[in-house]
Amino acid sequence: MRLHDFEKAFQEKIDKEIKIEPKDWMPDAYRKTNVRQISQHAHSEVVGMLPEGNWISRAPSLKRKAILIAKVQDEAGHGLYLYSAAETLGTSREQMISDLLSGKAKYSSIFNYPTLTWADMGAVGWLVDGAAILNQVMLCRTSYGPYARAMVRICKEESFHQRQGFESLLVLSKGTGEQKAMCQDAINRWWWPSLMMFGPKDSESTNSDQSMKWKIKRKTNDELRQAFVDMAAEQVKLLGMTLPDPELKWNEKRKHYDFGEINWEEFWSVVKGNGPCNKQRLEARNKAHKEGAWVREAALAHAAKKASREQRLEVRV
Amino acid sequence: MFQMSQTLLDYILFLADTNLILAQRNAEWCAHGPILEQDIAITNISLDLIGQARNFYQYAAIQLGNNTTEDTLAYLRKEREFKNLLLVELPNNDWAHTILRQFVYSVYAQLLYTKLSGCDDAQISAIAEKALKEVAYHVKWSGEWVIRLGDGTEESRWRMTKAIDNYWPYTGEFFIASDYEKDLFDIDLAVMKNAWEEKIKITFEEATLALPENIFMQRGGKQGIHTENLGYILTDLQYLQRAFPGAEW
Repeated sequence: MRLHDFEKAFQEKIDKEIKIEPKDWMPDAYRKTNVRQISQHAHSEVVGMLPEGNWISRAPSLKRKAILIAKVQDEAGHGLYLYSAAETLGTSREQMISDLLSGKAKYSSIFNYPTLTWADMGAVGWLVDGAAILNQVMLCRTSYGPYARAMVRICKEESFHQRQGFESLLVLSKGTGEQKAMCQDAINRWWWPSLMMFGPKDSESTNSDQSMKWKIKRKTNDELRQAFVDMAAEQVKLLGMTLPDPELKWNEKRKHYDFGEINWEEFWSVVKGNGPCNKQRLEARNKAHKEGAWVREAALAHAAKKASREQRLEVRV
Repeated sequence: MFQMSQTLLDYILFLADTNLILAQRNAEWCAHGPILEQDIAITNISLDLIGQARNFYQYAAIQLGNNTTEDTLAYLRKEREFKNLLLVELPNNDWAHTILRQFVYSVYAQLLYTKLSGCDDAQISAIAEKALKEVAYHVKWSGEWVIRLGDGTEESRWRMTKAIDNYWPYTGEFFIASDYEKDLFDIDLAVMKNAWEEKIKITFEEATLALPENIFMQRGGKQGIHTENLGYILTDLQYLQRAFPGAEW
């Protein structure tokens, strides 16, 4: 078969909703797009541990502390599944991590915002995990098999996190005046960055068309963002709080909420590294990696010693 | 109603505080571990320890009544009221110190909980029995790391030796009975100490590490005389409860 025929057969499979598996032929660009997207997703899980990890030592009750630790730990687990899924495409975890640490690879910009108060734990769960889930539910049907299967597991845990986040805000919303204010403030700060999580507008998005054709993505950035706004605009009522957008309004004709314009200047500025915590997040990852180097080396050295001793024993027997 | 003696209450708080403070220390590794798999492992241990602490605090809270909860005990007592072992409040330092501490503590906890699981207080016995399953894993996990680090590279061996030098003086306290411990349960701490040393020795031998001898031992934690570390740990841990008195979370 000529290259053209391979490509045709590949697209036919996609169109018939047959999953692409690691050993199947695939266009280079499909492989690259998937490695980029899955590894970015893995990095986001790992970097995302930092803003929430920030409140573990100060969690206000033993129950909340245990919930928060378990949640951050789930994210580490998601990072692991996703690195494994990306490795099936022929890029090693070491390589992906080294790209993260050097700043070459991206991760979700949302984690470049600081978690300033305890209410941020709830807001991150409700809004950030809520936005992530919409994307992830779609990805459960993505065309690359290992990615889709990893997402099925991740989605179950993420929707649990979102409920926990909302519940935690609900408690604050029924609490003291200071707690209510803390809750509203956290929503105010996380709302717009959460909307930015869906990426540029469809008209500006460079990767969208091909990804839709290959069914890596199945919904556009704007479609997902709209679904998120519609969901959050209803849920915020249960909290008795408001979303910080004066233009937010139900549109009877569209059967959707209209909402205000995102500050795209801020969006691109954070993507380019100028968010409030870009530097700190990358430094924290680099520090952990560097300080853990001797531990990883020791584990390898010990495993090698053990293997060679066992080999010697076998020879003697 | 059965009135719990002050000595038993102090003892339960000693168990609860020790678990909580070690959990708090281990959780500092969350998102900062040497590799993702071990980040998960050490935070898992932290979660187990929080669970054990909660069981003990809840038991104490029921006995105390007067709206006492697990959280008032953990969040509203002060430095001198905490009864945790000194060892668990020491800084994480590096992975070697963290591992060494976890191993020597978990081996002790395994021996102690085995005894407590047979004690005549049904609640303590049940909590200890449940904890034993988790502690067995902590012993295994940390023991394997002691061996890897001791018999790994030159650097890891050096760091492990440093950790032993620095933290060994805090292990003596395990086996020195506090006032409230003395007549509580029929536990012979001298016998336990021998069993503990035996177990540590076997792992250290495999790790090619030496068991220190004739070390001066620090003490005080069980009686509320702590190192300077505890004040900072509590400042962090109790911040929200102190800043917003009476709020629900």
